Amino acid sequence: MNEKPEKLIDKKGLRLDGRKADELRPVKLEVGILPNADGSAYIEHGKNKILVGVFGPREMHPKHLSLSDRMVLRCRYHMAPFSVQERKSPAPSRREVELSKVIRESLEPSVFVDLYPRTGIDVFIEVLQADGGTRCAAITAASLAIADAGIPMRDLVVACAAGKIDDTVVLDLMDTEDKVGVADVPVAFMPNLNAITLLQMDGVLVPEEFEDAFNMAVEGCKKIYAMQKDALRNKYMVAKEQEVEE
Amino acid sequence: MVNCMPTFFEKKQLVTPGELLAEGDYVAGENTYMDGNKIYAQRIGLADAENKRVNVVALRAFYVPKVGDIVIGTVTEVGFNGWTVGIEAPYSALLRASDVLSRPFKPQNDELSQVLNAGDLIVAKIASYDRAHDPQLTVGEPGLGKITRGQIMRVTPTKVPRVIGRKGSMISTIKQETGCQIILGVNGVILITGKTPADEELAMKAIQKIEEESHTSGLTDRITQLLKEEKPKLEEIKNE
Repeated sequence: MNEKPEKLIDKKGLRLDGRKADELRPVKLEVGILPNADGSAYIEHGKNKILVGVFGPREMHPKHLSLSDRMVLRCRYHMAPFSVQERKSPAPSRREVELSKVIRESLEPSVFVDLYPRTGIDVFIEVLQADGGTRCAAITAASLAIADAGIPMRDLVVACAAGKIDDTVVLDLMDTEDKVGVADVPVAFMPNLNAITLLQMDGVLVPEEFEDAFNMAVEGCKKIYAMQKDALRNKYMVAKEQEVEE
Repeated sequence: MVNCMPTFFEKKQLVTPGELLAEGDYVAGENTYMDGNKIYAQRIGLADAENKRVNVVALRAFYVPKVGDIVIGTVTEVGFNGWTVGIEAPYSALLRASDVLSRPFKPQNDELSQVLNAGDLIVAKIASYDRAHDPQLTVGEPGLGKITRGQIMRVTPTKVPRVIGRKGSMISTIKQETGCQIILGVNGVILITGKTPADEELAMKAIQKIEEESHTSGLTDRITQLLKEEKPKLEEIKNE
């Protein structure tokens, strides 16, 4: 597992875990599983397991961080010490601080921040198990948790990555592929508004490959969006079914 | 040209935030927003159109203060010339000492914590609120003020209208059958005061049922039935 595989794609064109180039890992989403939080969601994206809790809108503490014309969105991305093979120190690392910012900025456009000035929303993202692409899975789950908290939103945000391993552009890289591969392009996307809220690239791609990877990631986003919607509906389905009886 | 303005939902369909609801000459109602000439949902809820107005009845929301609302809050802090009151909203409310004392308030004569202390519950009305200022409460009306007895329960604020029922039918049924006084805070906090704890318990049970089954039809009838069934049992216990 820790050894560097020579080939990431075999002769049949299948990847290390048997996926085709444009295939997603299995995704499982659940909404409203933390009774103590105002909104919550859980995502299993391949081997990634991420829990998100949302609080607010509520008064900001400390008060001087509040803004008089809009609400403040705060994000904390944190990896549990047991989330990776080598124990990760629980103190926030440089990478975690950066990801918190990146995730916050990709969620912010989806929230009507100007509706409730002087308040704040806190998004707590806890990575229980990591296997590449945690930022994307975290955004997908965080957006669901915000919707579950009843916070007015423009759209759900869904994220997915694409990249290049060996010589092929592929969808949804896992940890080994990300580390050994050539490039990684995470994309966060608001499907109904057709708007990009996050676009990063790590590695080397020629413009044509980048375009391929980008389009592939957007396609992946759309697939996950369908699951996201289902997960949200499932929680509130009870209410709906009774409504139909009327 | 009659049907050139499509809607994209069936009546009472469950919609998620960002779902396209209508396009064209429509008005964005509750929990929806307009972008160009398209109307989208803002919250998870049930979509509905009334004339040209598209609404979403939210299944999950929080209480937003409105002037004139009766709310039930908890005193969280005793300040210099008033109290801070938590009202289960994004903002905490202020209650001024001069409003409670109904006479000029002098900091040297009055010890505020003897009038209302942290942890006390009050019924109050929202006197003023806007974007720039926290809500201010008033208790200067009959029926408002400190709560001295009874039981408190909480429901989701979006379900308060269901507890009231059509023209107050639901709440008056519960009041009648249990003999309890019920004060509904628009913020989802409910005060129930009855002659005996058992009466209060029964009223709470009924309200809980309403919250759980808030989207079913014929709920008022079922609540009446529940109360009628449970009431004789209560009498028996009392007579023993």
